[in-house]
Amino acid sequence: MKFGVIVFPGSNCDHDAYHVISKHVGQPVDFVWHRETDLSEYDAVIIPGGFSYGDYLRAGALARFSPVMASVKEFAARGRIVLGICNGFQILCESGLLPGALIRNKELHFICRHVNVRVETTSSPFTHELHTGQVLSLPVAHAEGNYVCDEETFEDLVREDRIVFRYCDPAGGLTEEANLNGSRDHIAGICSRGRNVLGLMPHPERACEDLLGSSDGSGIFSSLAATLADAR
Amino acid sequence: MKAKVYVTLKSGVLDPQGKAIQHSVGLLGYEGIADVRQGKYFEIALDAALDETRARETAEQLARDVLSNPVIEDFRVEVEG
Repeated sequence: MKFGVIVFPGSNCDHDAYHVISKHVGQPVDFVWHRETDLSEYDAVIIPGGFSYGDYLRAGALARFSPVMASVKEFAARGRIVLGICNGFQILCESGLLPGALIRNKELHFICRHVNVRVETTSSPFTHELHTGQVLSLPVAHAEGNYVCDEETFEDLVREDRIVFRYCDPAGGLTEEANLNGSRDHIAGICSRGRNVLGLMPHPERACEDLLGSSDGSGIFSSLAATLADAR
Repeated sequence: MKAKVYVTLKSGVLDPQGKAIQHSVGLLGYEGIADVRQGKYFEIALDAALDETRARETAEQLARDVLSNPVIEDFRVEVEG
């Protein structure tokens, strides 16, 4: 299996994603510059965190016009795996690959710390090795992570079991305090209807080594690797 | 030909920045500020060869496709010669 990590001008978590795939998942991985359009050799694509195009206009708004994004849309439509982390999640929403939008955090601050998220569904290629209700400690680093969507979209997400992660307290409780950025119904990550596209604000790729404070992100990558291995 | 595009948050969408501005101007002593909503304003120079209808269409398409996010924002376009 082979992974591609998309690199936009301003991406800054591309090396973290590359490191996790090459060292922890132990699979081949390439950086894919945003001007590229051929994704045919990849089984999964990661859209990493950062500040693509300086977050100009809106976070993720300009990246969606990069040539590679048309290919990512086709890639996703064929059922291939797409993982958008932080700015990657914002880009997926702006591109229409995931519904809703990420607006300024409730308290305006850029929030950079470890948070707890609860696994809400194991019915996804990214979480099938985890268990529902499991609490993961993952870092966040964002100013626009406040997930919003209209009522109809929200009902679809709930009915179709597409809310993958929610911000919670260490015991898994959905306290208001735990919902650090003000996201609708504590949403930290959602998947597409086909379940092959996941966007999340926390950074699992920065939480795969105890040295970094948590290795809770590794379950997401091992789930993903197992999915891809089974597909072969 | 010039187009002015105003992008504003939809009425139901929380505006944390607008709230912060409202709070601050209250601290500064301004009275009677009931609410503040922050938006974006764009000035777009259009090719002189475009007639007004075409210029408006172009500006509206740009506003819809790029300058605003229809999930959270509305826009208004003004075109002047």
